[in-house]
Amino acid sequence: MCQRYFKYKKTMKKIILFFIAILLFSCKKTNSETTNNSISQESIFNLTSKWKTQDNKTIEIKDFKGKVTVMVMIYTSCKAACPRLVADMRDIESKMPKDKLSDLNFVLVSIDPEVDTPKRLKAFAKANFMDAPHWTFLQGTKSTVQEFANVLAVKYKQIAPMDFSHSNIISVFNREGELIHQQEGLGVNNKETVDKIIETVNN
Amino acid sequence: MKKLYFLFVVIVFVSCSKDKDLNTLDDITIPSVSTPNDVSFGVETPMVFAKGGNYIPLYGKKNEAITVNDLLMDVYPVSNTNFLAFVKQNKRWRKSEVKKLFADDNYLNFWKNDTLLATDMKPNSPVTNVSWYAANAYCECQGKRLATVDEWEFVAMANQDMADARKVEAYNQYILDWYEKPKTFNNEIGETFKNYYGVYDLHGLVWEWTSDFNSILLTGESRSDVTTDKDLFCGSGSLNASDLMNYAAFIRYAFRGSVKANYAVKNLGFRCVKDTLNIKKP
Repeated sequence: MCQRYFKYKKTMKKIILFFIAILLFSCKKTNSETTNNSISQESIFNLTSKWKTQDNKTIEIKDFKGKVTVMVMIYTSCKAACPRLVADMRDIESKMPKDKLSDLNFVLVSIDPEVDTPKRLKAFAKANFMDAPHWTFLQGTKSTVQEFANVLAVKYKQIAPMDFSHSNIISVFNREGELIHQQEGLGVNNKETVDKIIETVNN
Repeated sequence: MKKLYFLFVVIVFVSCSKDKDLNTLDDITIPSVSTPNDVSFGVETPMVFAKGGNYIPLYGKKNEAITVNDLLMDVYPVSNTNFLAFVKQNKRWRKSEVKKLFADDNYLNFWKNDTLLATDMKPNSPVTNVSWYAANAYCECQGKRLATVDEWEFVAMANQDMADARKVEAYNQYILDWYEKPKTFNNEIGETFKNYYGVYDLHGLVWEWTSDFNSILLTGESRSDVTTDKDLFCGSGSLNASDLMNYAAFIRYAFRGSVKANYAVKNLGFRCVKDTLNIKKP
């Protein structure tokens, strides 16, 4: 009896140890996320701001890691430049090889976080046929948007409620989040941008 | 035994759920500009209250008045000593640690090393060679923020005894004289005049970062953007200025428009501001 109890105790100890190990292991992933050694100094994955997607998911910019990312800053209530910027994005997307789309992110960041809620972004995505999984719309905060605009060298200013003035820049980042190309202006010839994206995605 | 298994599964679940919570929380309104890991560094600096008001900035939307809310502003620009305290606590803003994305090669480049000023630098001189990101992080650590361009220009309209001295010749001359003076960044904080609000050194010492400096070159509507800078600063540009006499401010706006957020410039420092508790929404 006594020996059996002893044995039982021993296995218990093992089990406890085992679970402690699991416990440690299971939390390790979240710890290692904060140390981003593999990211280069210039990478936008160094940003730690949090964003809401059109599906109301909270993400960080580094969640785009591993794919080639095409980014633009817009706002959904925009009447003048954004529809054309959005069209430019769609045009670029349409020139991508279909089998590469799963290797690409097309990201539209709202510069009007107060108005562009996930719900509104979702509706905008649907209305503009940008509802496929490679399209992401982001809502930040006033300060995160400001920071992000600085990273993209996008200049913008609120000139009235729901009306912004902003520069029209489409930025391309490689899989490591390093800026490799910027296209400035509206309705410009996007051949260079398209070539650059395809070249990067094939690398 | 089954109970034990169950217990441990629960423990594993609970111990990790904290991180999951973070992802589902609606904490998107909490400012989370890349500083969540920065900690406070025990520096308290005096601030003064500036009563808000309306004013017509150098340029904006066609002579339209801008409303500035009441705010608290640092009396002095951030000094070398204070910034040193900040980087001692926050390693990622040390010059050897800072990421290129957040600061270019000139970041703190006159410092001897990470935590030591050069021997010829005065502890009480304003800190310069800091990027916008670093300035932003510093202010956030103190529960403050950078001033907007409108706020900064509003408080900086004041001379010793008037809230708006933009028409006073001596005031403009003082600023322009300063722009011609070399190396004022080596001076110490608090040596220039104390303005109407009790703020020192807005003019005469260093240029200062503003939170929305990246909004500078834009006026009017989206269609005409990108090229607006040309219209603003050459020839016809002056027509857009609401105050033709304020040449000094032109230089400031042009300077702000010429920098990028990761630039660290020898004559560019910063100070922080804070909202007062009773904020009136414009």
